[in-house]
Amino acid sequence: MEHLEFDFPASTDSSRQTPARRDSVLVGVVSSGNLEVLVEQASLAGGCRVIVDTSIRGYGAIWQAVLADFVKRYRPRDVQVSINDAGASPAVVSLRLDQAYEDFQGDAA
Amino acid sequence: MNDTRWDNRAANRRARLERAATLTRGKVVAPDQVTSLLEAVIEAGDRVCLEGDNQKQADFLARCLAQVDVKRVHHLHMVQSVLALPEHLDLFERGIARRVDFSFSGPQGVRLARLVREGRIEIGAIHTFLELFGRYFIDLTPRVSLIAAMSADAAGNLYTGPNTEDTPAIVEATAFRNGIVVAQVNELVDHVPRVDIPADWVDFVVPSPQPHYIEPLFTRDPAQITEIQILMAMMVIKGIYAKYGVQRLNHGIGFDTAAIELLLPTYASSLGLKGKICNHWAMNPHPTIIPAIESGFVETIHSFGSELGMEAYTAARPDIFFTGPDGSMRSNRAFCQAAGHYACDLFIGSTLQIDLQGNSSTATLDRITGFGGAPNMGSDARGRRHVSATWLRAGREAETQSGIPRGRKLVVQIIETYHGRMQPAFVERLDAWKMMDQGELSLPPIMIYGDDVSHIVTEEGIANLLRCHNEEDRAEAIRGVAGYTPVGLGRSRAAVENLRDRGIIRRPEDLGIDKRQATRDLLAARSIKDLVRWSDGLYDPPARFRNW
Repeated sequence: MEHLEFDFPASTDSSRQTPARRDSVLVGVVSSGNLEVLVEQASLAGGCRVIVDTSIRGYGAIWQAVLADFVKRYRPRDVQVSINDAGASPAVVSLRLDQAYEDFQGDAA
Repeated sequence: MNDTRWDNRAANRRARLERAATLTRGKVVAPDQVTSLLEAVIEAGDRVCLEGDNQKQADFLARCLAQVDVKRVHHLHMVQSVLALPEHLDLFERGIARRVDFSFSGPQGVRLARLVREGRIEIGAIHTFLELFGRYFIDLTPRVSLIAAMSADAAGNLYTGPNTEDTPAIVEATAFRNGIVVAQVNELVDHVPRVDIPADWVDFVVPSPQPHYIEPLFTRDPAQITEIQILMAMMVIKGIYAKYGVQRLNHGIGFDTAAIELLLPTYASSLGLKGKICNHWAMNPHPTIIPAIESGFVETIHSFGSELGMEAYTAARPDIFFTGPDGSMRSNRAFCQAAGHYACDLFIGSTLQIDLQGNSSTATLDRITGFGGAPNMGSDARGRRHVSATWLRAGREAETQSGIPRGRKLVVQIIETYHGRMQPAFVERLDAWKMMDQGELSLPPIMIYGDDVSHIVTEEGIANLLRCHNEEDRAEAIRGVAGYTPVGLGRSRAAVENLRDRGIIRRPEDLGIDKRQATRDLLAARSIKDLVRWSDGLYDPPARFRNW
C-alpha cells in the first residue's frame, strides 16, 4: 500500500470552471485493475486536494502527472478527490476521474 | 538430344508409393500403421509440410511423425504455417527434422528460441502466411504433406468443412509437383458432404483416433471487455469508420476489435451509420460479430478459417458467409489473405510495442513468435489499382510527393498506452532490435512498418499519421497519444496542442464523444450467453466459455 496526497492551489483562470451541482459523487469499484473515486465539495481556499491510497507502490510521478492533467482539464475549486486504487492503469484512472467529475458537475453534457 | 531424364520426381514418387503398398487397403491406412507409412514414403532430407495453423492441426499425423525411426527419417526440412504443438518441436529435439520455414509460433515461442540458441534447429525464414504459401510454389514445395480433413470417402475425396483454412494451398503445391499427400480424417464416410479436395490429389487417408484439434482462437468473452476498450472503440467508429466511410475491412483478433464489433448495433447505429460502414469483411466468424449481423449491419464475410461453435450459425446465414452446396461454410486462408490485402480499405489490430516512427512489434525477449497474417493485412497494397471513396480520401490526406494522385489503405493500430503489469506500449526502441542484436534474426521482427500505419488509437485519442509529412510531426503525434508512458511524458505540450489544432491529433472531446457513455452498458452483448441469445441459440460456445 502507498498513501499519497496532492494539493493543487486555486487557479487564477476561472473561465472553464462550472459550479458543482452535487455534494458528492462516487464511481468505480475497488477490484483488480480498477479504482474507486469519491469527489466531494470541501473548503480548500479555492484549491483541490487529491488523496490516493493505492495497492501498488512507486508510481508517485505518474499519479502527479495524471492528476495535474485532470486539474488542468476541469479547474476544480474547493473539491476533494479520494481514490482507492487496486492497480488501475493511468488510462482507467483518467477515465474514472473524468466520469466522476462530469457527474459531479451535473448533466451539462 | 542428350539423355537427360525429365521425370525423376515422378519415378521417385512411384518408388515411394511401392514401398507403402503393403501397408494400405486402397488409400486407407489404419492408425497403427501410420508411423510405418511415414517411414516408407518420407526420405531423409525431404521437405515436409505438416498442416497446422493458428486454428486446426493435423495433430495425429504430427504425433506419428514424431515417433518415426530417426535412423530412417532425419534431416527433414519442415515447411509449415505454425509451430504450435509440442510435437512440432519434438521433431527437432529427436533429430528427425533439422530446418524449418514457418510463419507463426505463438505457444511454442519460448521453447523455439531455446532450441535455436542450442543450435538444434535452423530457421530458414519467418514468413507471413501469404509469403509461405507463395514459396510452396517457388522454392519450398513440399515433397510430402500431412494434412487434416473432416471426412473422406474410400476414393480419397476430402471434406474439409468450415475449417478448410490452409489445406487447398498445401495440397495444390504438393500434388502437382509429384509429392505425396497424407490426410488424417475425423471419419470415413460413404459420401462426403462436398468435395473440398478431389481424390486424385490425395494418396493416403488415415481415420484418426480423435478428431483433429481446433483452437477457438477468435472467441472473445464480452464479459472481459473494459471501459477503456469501449472508449477506444467509440473513437474508431466515429473518428475513422464514419469519417472515411469504411465499408470493406478486416478485423484482427483481440478485445479491442471485439469491442468495436459489439458497438456497431448500439453506438454506430445511434450515429446513423448502419449501411454506411462495415458492410463487407475479411474476417473469421468471430462470435462477437453476431449482434452486428443480426442488426443488419453486415452484408458479406469471407473467412480465413472458421471458429469453433459457429458452425450452425454460419450455415444458417448463407447470405452472409461463403457456404457450399452442402450448406456448411468454407474458409480459405490464402484467398482471404489476398482479399484482406487487396480488397479491403482498412485493417485494424492490436500490438505490443510501438516506437516513435510508428513501427510496431509483438516480439518480446526470449521468444520467437513470427508474423501470421498481420503484415499482409496491415500494409498499404502498393499493387492495388481499383478505387473506392475511402481509399481515395486516405490517399488525398497522405499527399505523396510524386504529384501522381494515389489511394491509401487505412492501417490502424489500436492499443492502450500501458498493458499487463504497467508495461508501456510506447517505447523509444522496440525489443525487436534486441533479437537482431543477439544474432537470432537478420532483421528486427517488425509486425507493421511505421510507413504503412495510417492511425494510432489509444485511450488518449487518435493520431493521424497520414497527415504527418515529416519525422518531427510523426514522432510528436505519437507522443501526443502515448499517455503517461515515458515516451508520452516526453512530449512537447506546445507541439501536441499545435497538432491538435491542425486535427492531426484528436481527443475524445474533439470528436464529440462523451466519456460518460463509455460503459459496458453500450455493448450489444455483455457475455457469451448474450451472444448465444443474439444467435437464436445457433452459436454453440466451447465448454471453456460456458459458465452456466
